[in-house]
Amino acid sequence: MQAGNWPNLPHTDEYAIRFDSGRATRLLIVPALFDEANKMRHFTVEIMRALDEAGIDTMLPDLPGTNESCEVLADQSLSSWQSAMVGAAAYFEATHVLALRGGALCAPSDLPCLRYAPVKGVRVLNALLRAQTLADREAGRESTREQLSEQGKSAGLTLAGYTLSPAMFRQLEEANLPGHSFCDIAQTDIGGGGLWLRAEPDHDPDQARALARIVAERLA
Amino acid sequence: MASKLPVPVAESGDIDLVLRQVLQDVLGLSTERVAELDTDSGLFGHLPELDSMAVAGLLTELEDRLDILIEDDDVDGEMLETFGALAAFLAAKRADA
Repeated sequence: MQAGNWPNLPHTDEYAIRFDSGRATRLLIVPALFDEANKMRHFTVEIMRALDEAGIDTMLPDLPGTNESCEVLADQSLSSWQSAMVGAAAYFEATHVLALRGGALCAPSDLPCLRYAPVKGVRVLNALLRAQTLADREAGRESTREQLSEQGKSAGLTLAGYTLSPAMFRQLEEANLPGHSFCDIAQTDIGGGGLWLRAEPDHDPDQARALARIVAERLA
Repeated sequence: MASKLPVPVAESGDIDLVLRQVLQDVLGLSTERVAELDTDSGLFGHLPELDSMAVAGLLTELEDRLDILIEDDDVDGEMLETFGALAAFLAAKRADA
């Protein structure tokens, strides 16, 4: 595994990890979004390890404002993330994309893209809104998803620890899953429960191997 | 002869099963551990890993698998406190649906 930066012009460089041996099939992985990215980080890297063994190069760039990024999350939107992923794909000379969960909402549209259990933006947003109303209630404050939603769209809002710009808020609310050339990979295709559901980050080697095998078959 | 009527998404026995499956996925429990859950097993407030983000995921997954809608007003500490309370809430929601 290699680690290093890639240029996200005109912004600061971003970090990526890679299994890069200059092979013909080069897969850019767009991570899941927000808390799901943390819960699935280990799983994601194990998928990359399994794909490396299957002869496929992979790169996992940070979305600006997340993980090791020096950028501010509150400045980001789905468009800025997509633009960064297009830049990363070009820099790493990716031939294909694997988007995990909400990563499908900001995957480059000019490369063939496999999507694992993709979700609409409104579902990603609803999970954050629901978590925030539950946390508010626990803290003795009353809030509703409607109130929070209005505030988020007009002025931006911190939901469950993630500061979303008004643009991010609106784009998540409106983001449908774009059309694509491959069939999606559903959770039922790989078996077991989705690791994004876990209360604590977890890993399942069987699921990682199953997903990598399906990806390798589809790219063959 | 098999009935051609639509099969209900979840009968009350299925609610117990679906709840166990979703809790297994959320808490990463073994099959043995999830089978041991009973009416009095403590959930929210008893399990430190079951924070607001995890509960949000749990409720959304239950909505999807049971084809119900859980309103914010439905959610309180009591309904989430034990396995039995949550199962009873879901059974009532399914009956209304």
